[in-house]
Amino acid sequence: MSSWETVIGLEVHVQLATKTKIFSGASTTFGAEPNTQACAIDLAMPGTLPVLNKQAVHYAVMFGLAIDAEIAKESAFERKNYFYPDLPKGYQTTQLEKPIVGRGNVEIQLADGRTKNVRIHHAHLEEDAGKSLHEGDFRHGVSGIDLNRAGTPLIEIVSEPDMSNAEEAIAFAKKLHSIVTSIGICDGEMSQGSMRFDVNVSVRRTGAAELGTRTETKNLNSFKFMEECIAKEVERQIDLIEDGGTVLQETRLYNGDTKVARSMRSKEEANDYRYFPCPDLLPVILTDETIEELRRNLPELPDARQARFVAQYGLSDYDAGILAYDSAMAAYFEVATARSGSAKLVANWTMGELAARLNSEDISIVKSPVTAEQLAGLITRIADNSISGKMAKEVFEGIWDGEGNADDIIETRDLKQVSDSGALEQIVAEVLAANQAMVDDYINTDEAKRKKKLGGFMGQIMKASKGQANPQQVNQILAKKLSELL
Amino acid sequence: MHNLTIAELIKGLQSKEFSSIELTQHFLDRIMTLNPAYNAVITITAENALKTAAVADKRLAAGNAPALCGVPILHKDIFCTRDVRTSCGSKMLDNFIPPYNATVVENFERDGVVVLGKTNMDEFAMGSSNETSFYGAVINPWAVDCVPGGSSGGSAAAIAARLAPGATATDTGGSIRQPAALCGITGLKPTYGRVSRWGMIAFASSLDQGGPMARTAEDCALLLHSMAGFDEKDSTCIDHEVPDYSATLGNSISGLRIGVPKEYFSEGLDVGTEQAVRVALAVLEAQGAELVEISLPNTGLSVPAYYVIAPAEASANLSRFDGVKYGYRCEDPKDLQDLYSRTRAEGFGEEVQRRILIGTYCLSAGYYDAYYGKAQQVRQLIKQDFTSAFKEIDVIMGPTCPSPAFKFGSKGDDPVAMYLEDIYTIATNLAGLPGMSVPCGMVDDKPVGLQIIGNYFDEALMLNIAHQYQQTTDWHNAVPKGIL
Repeated sequence: MSSWETVIGLEVHVQLATKTKIFSGASTTFGAEPNTQACAIDLAMPGTLPVLNKQAVHYAVMFGLAIDAEIAKESAFERKNYFYPDLPKGYQTTQLEKPIVGRGNVEIQLADGRTKNVRIHHAHLEEDAGKSLHEGDFRHGVSGIDLNRAGTPLIEIVSEPDMSNAEEAIAFAKKLHSIVTSIGICDGEMSQGSMRFDVNVSVRRTGAAELGTRTETKNLNSFKFMEECIAKEVERQIDLIEDGGTVLQETRLYNGDTKVARSMRSKEEANDYRYFPCPDLLPVILTDETIEELRRNLPELPDARQARFVAQYGLSDYDAGILAYDSAMAAYFEVATARSGSAKLVANWTMGELAARLNSEDISIVKSPVTAEQLAGLITRIADNSISGKMAKEVFEGIWDGEGNADDIIETRDLKQVSDSGALEQIVAEVLAANQAMVDDYINTDEAKRKKKLGGFMGQIMKASKGQANPQQVNQILAKKLSELL
Repeated sequence: MHNLTIAELIKGLQSKEFSSIELTQHFLDRIMTLNPAYNAVITITAENALKTAAVADKRLAAGNAPALCGVPILHKDIFCTRDVRTSCGSKMLDNFIPPYNATVVENFERDGVVVLGKTNMDEFAMGSSNETSFYGAVINPWAVDCVPGGSSGGSAAAIAARLAPGATATDTGGSIRQPAALCGITGLKPTYGRVSRWGMIAFASSLDQGGPMARTAEDCALLLHSMAGFDEKDSTCIDHEVPDYSATLGNSISGLRIGVPKEYFSEGLDVGTEQAVRVALAVLEAQGAELVEISLPNTGLSVPAYYVIAPAEASANLSRFDGVKYGYRCEDPKDLQDLYSRTRAEGFGEEVQRRILIGTYCLSAGYYDAYYGKAQQVRQLIKQDFTSAFKEIDVIMGPTCPSPAFKFGSKGDDPVAMYLEDIYTIATNLAGLPGMSVPCGMVDDKPVGLQIIGNYFDEALMLNIAHQYQQTTDWHNAVPKGIL
């Protein structure tokens, strides 16, 4: 047995968050009734012509600036010719020879703390196709075409084959997700197809100079599917070669539901796309002024935000990374922190309780039932000792279930922690008086072991206060009263 | 009324000599009676025309109506007309009714122009004889056994037969100028980008340009003024001021330097045609213009370059006709492949299929550089030929086409012979320059055209020269035999 190396490159399709399509004025909103968001241009009606959406160009440039890439002062569109029912013109308008974004770099963070640079070959602008709805999705025996998505602006980001395992590929994919959502050019909704990944995988014996034959698995739209698919494909290729076979260059599909991958077409069956410059569109010319203005207005990038979270809020690198790389989570964190003034508590709750609940119910943080303002209200009461950690969880559940803000729930459920020292002293005194045997036992125990006996008193005191006593204060009062008895 | 020019009709309408309704009805009657003999008009929009005419009469009565208000014209069936079938001369679009207007159609609507109907054309504008139309050939009013030229043969024949005083047309390699020459009328292909291509069904997008046809340069000036202008819906349309073309028609052409390319008077040019053109040049010389022999050395490369670039663009432009969304669809397709291949085999005619195949071949892997890449280089050379020529001269003149109208079927078996019809017109499309054809003589009782090629956006000068020529000649007033 010899050891194997894996080589992975990604092609990533990112839907740009423009209001209208790349070459028409039709809306890009997701989820409308089929064919209600396609105008004459999207339907490729005879005589219609494309007009380039400037916002899409600006978004592509912003991506280029975010990865420190060369921005082409002149880029151009070409026609990629093939027939398919969801491609109304019979060609896709895309960029080939002169893409708008040239070479760039994306740094990824790995679990062991290392970082790695993944080179970007280029990124280009293009239009999305429509969707074919086949049997099962549509009516029996009939295929349907929905052209709502046709003409949605995309950038296709093409990486160099710089990743050597699934972890790196996922880290890269997540980093791209973080960048495009942070700069606001994509909504990042993977389940709606806002980001789709084509994964190129090959294997070779460790130390081999030549790359192995690669396969391309298309259209993965979740990090989980990507991870599964890479693992399976690497295993398949190694098995194939070790059994004396060869890997065929082919395009594959992975079904995330059934966990089965299959070949879609071989290299021999590949289309000749007959690219040529699109004569309906002028070259895209960018001035230095436009590029500089976009650079000046570029929103904060994830790495910069992470560093700022460490410096400004005193978070650990790790926590800052988790919060900063998800732009929605970062925004949530900053709002809640500004309102409550307790960055660390907000960080813990956002990454802990909140993230867990959102995950288990598959809700994105922008749609969280507990708003950042509401979480801040809860954190404020934890910070000022009005409620204990245990109570806080109950209050959080209440907010989640729509019972109102933290203060309302504390009020109606009578959860307010007793921090009035007079009242606490009285409770402690009453508990000590009612449990003379425990007090005697405490006094007679060796000093070194007395601490262990405190738990018993605490339990009684909390019970007497119906759980509302501030535990830290109780500790102090109890220690004081017991020492007085010695 | 039908022997009046548009300029004269405008005077008649404005002086209330006749109403737009009367005028419209007159031309509709002529189309009903005479069109069966020429097959120039394939859709008649009588009801709409009379409605528009009624509105035009009201605007005329109220005063301050645009110049063309109430004047009836025909649209080439390549321009999309809302709620009116737009077939592009093809079975593929025989059932296609666009829900939108071409910008050109819209512009004429704005100016109160009445649309009598749509004219016949070569299928998808691919042809120089109008024989490729799904609706049958158009008959040349000058010689019933001859073609009217193409692809705008329907528009040209309709004007020659006095079925309309003017019409829209398009020109990708000569499709305005060649039929204008063969039918003895005046036609102008503007600078690429002068007229919006929105709603004009694409043949070869980088070459296609819409323009006017009429009997006189003066009328073309009026029509172009309405058609031209920037349109944000066409990215290749150029934002360049539209001058008042009529205002400069009377300018003197004394001192004008006319370049006469030696390559336009070489082998293949009919003797009678050459003679007529030489005489026309002498007429202009007599009006004070100076003739300068020039050379456009890459002229010979224009036809081969064109027959790579135009089919290449067409092969992509025509991919949308797949039987999925609109237009013709074959009966009972057994699967997707069958739907595509039978729809396109049955829906497109032979010439269109030939060009799609040529274009597909030229763009294929391994052939792209040798064909498409090379053709684009040639295109640059041809542009440079003109750029250097225009440093010395103001306009270029020569024959519009090598010979007068030819007989039906005479070039049907030889596509290359047909392609050579456009040998003098194609280079201007490759360069994006404006070109014009003006009647300048008769050979065997058939009209001959003088071609005027201008520098970019020099349409006003070209119209001025043509108008001055038409002030001292009478070819544009000649009426085909049998047309009363």
